[in-house]
Amino acid sequence: MISEKDRKEQLKAIKKENARRYREYNRNKNKKVAESTYLTEMKDDSNLLEIEDLHTCFYTDIGTVRAVDGVTFNIPKGKTVGVVGESGCGKSVTSLSVMRLLQEPQGQISFGSIRFNSKDGKPVDIAKASIKAMEKIRSREISMIFQEPMTTLNPVLTIGKQIDEVLELHTDLKKNERYQKVCDLISMVGISNADRIYKMYPHELSGGMRQRIVIAMSLACDPQLIIADEPTTALDVTIQAQILELMRDLKDKISASIMLITHDLGVVAEMADIVVVMYAGRIIELGTTRDIFKDPRHPYTIGLMKSRPNMIGEDEKLYSIPGNVPNPINLPNHCYFKNRCESCIGKCNNPYPGLVSISDTHKVACWRFIEEEAK
Amino acid sequence: MMLYALVRSMPADYVSLSTSSSQKITEEMRDNLRKIYGLDKGIIEGYFDWLWSALHGDLGVSLTRNRPVAEVIAEYAPVTFTVALIALILELLIAIPLGIAAARRQYSKFDYAITAFVFIGISMPIFFLAALLKKCFGPYGFSLLPISGMLTARVNYPDGMTFAKLMDYAQHLVLPITCFVVTGVGGYLRYVRTNMLDALSADYVRTARAKGLPESTVVYRHAFRNTLIPIVTILGGSLPGLFSGAAVTEGIFALEGLGNIALKASYMADIPYLMGFNMFLVVLTVIGYLITDILYAVVDPRVRLG
Repeated sequence: MISEKDRKEQLKAIKKENARRYREYNRNKNKKVAESTYLTEMKDDSNLLEIEDLHTCFYTDIGTVRAVDGVTFNIPKGKTVGVVGESGCGKSVTSLSVMRLLQEPQGQISFGSIRFNSKDGKPVDIAKASIKAMEKIRSREISMIFQEPMTTLNPVLTIGKQIDEVLELHTDLKKNERYQKVCDLISMVGISNADRIYKMYPHELSGGMRQRIVIAMSLACDPQLIIADEPTTALDVTIQAQILELMRDLKDKISASIMLITHDLGVVAEMADIVVVMYAGRIIELGTTRDIFKDPRHPYTIGLMKSRPNMIGEDEKLYSIPGNVPNPINLPNHCYFKNRCESCIGKCNNPYPGLVSISDTHKVACWRFIEEEAK
Repeated sequence: MMLYALVRSMPADYVSLSTSSSQKITEEMRDNLRKIYGLDKGIIEGYFDWLWSALHGDLGVSLTRNRPVAEVIAEYAPVTFTVALIALILELLIAIPLGIAAARRQYSKFDYAITAFVFIGISMPIFFLAALLKKCFGPYGFSLLPISGMLTARVNYPDGMTFAKLMDYAQHLVLPITCFVVTGVGGYLRYVRTNMLDALSADYVRTARAKGLPESTVVYRHAFRNTLIPIVTILGGSLPGLFSGAAVTEGIFALEGLGNIALKASYMADIPYLMGFNMFLVVLTVIGYLITDILYAVVDPRVRLG
């Protein structure tokens, strides 16, 4: 046990270290970054986005939280990738890292690269890009749908103005052309009476309509990648289905990829081609939707599948995984799931396992399969 | 009513205060005077008398100035108002940009410097600051600026407003206004900074960034528009303050404003003036809140009626 005094010293040291980091961040913030530092090569040209060994940290007063801790996955062109995991496992932080929208300077990408296959043929490493370069990518190439439609629209600007802004910034359309385009977008997401909606304020619309507006906004410049961060969480079930249907249609229309972040396995099963399962900031299993749902390997994924409500055995109590996620500040040096795992083996005391391939598409991070491979 | 009771409960009244220095006046003559001024009645009766005539639009005659209260207020209000309005505009001009800048660079050296400055401003006693300014810029310091009054006494200006006269006014007002600004700006600055920080971490600001808007557009179009709402709230509340002025500041710099007169009136237990002055402030408070409500509709569409 650490004494009170030691703890105080420790906190002081953390504060000092954080202050130094903030200062450094503030100093570098407005520095010009040469284009050459963030241009890269894609490993595979059919990928739209390659995230490699991404570490995103939050420097808090009680210690560094490694919210995303070495995440690696790819988003192929035209596919939907579902990222699942429980609250606080780093799904949203991953997506915000891709957009470079972390609450800086507390949250920073500390290591890793995010390679994005840009429209103009020059792959960009988002983790290193300047804010100026990011402003060109945001919305034009990668757009984002946030989870809370109630608060994501600015309450004091009209709907029309807020969509128009995107077009004004990223296209050369004239004012009346933009008006037409905004109205088209509003009707495209299934809202009639676009002329009237154009002049309305967000508080005059329902949650479902607002989410449609957010989707319309994100589609305004035909982005290649749409990041949807729990787009349906705040909506009721009927609207959820409509919104998902809408997203699928629109995705095909503009042939974009979607990174779908959710904790709703049903949504993933319906929408995604590839599923990434995250736990405490790391990927624990990755595969096609079929792999994950038909043949889950990691004990956590198996637990997730079991904890879905079952339509047949109605009177059964819902399964839940015992225990809690470990404290993200002091993560143990072994598999983070070990203490909750029902199929623990002796090897689980070894350091955190890396991802191993089970098939071409299916990867898992669990000691039980590392053993299998060795045989 | 409270005020009336308080002033009436003072150990001395206007009559005894104004006659105490002359030996010839007898107690009888004093009682006579009290009768004329209506000071012989009890507190409650006196208050209702005042209320009755006030409701009929008559605020009474100021005892110290021997003129109707309404006239006195009308004459001196412009001075107070000009000083306070200039100070308020300066405060906002300083507070808003600095508040925004501090919020955008939270935890930076600039932010800490601003915070320190704000606390000095808020905690500085106004009489101390005034004395300090007088010392520095007055005849015993750099001799740069006049330290009291409204006009240079030795110069005879023609009746109308000339440029030279205006400049003289301006020179006399520099120190009092500085005093107001230094002590007043801190509160606004702090307020802008806090609300701006709130707005900057709001979801819609993240959406705005996700659109790829440049930072300045994000800050001024999206975040600042929302910060305006709470700013309007405190602005409306500050309207009566514009007129009451800081009695102390006006007193120290010998400005002929409402606050200064109120200060003198309370020394002399000038009940009609004090009551009239406070009525005036009450009315202004109500008007201030009315203006706030109207401005709300301008800055916040959620308040507008369909």
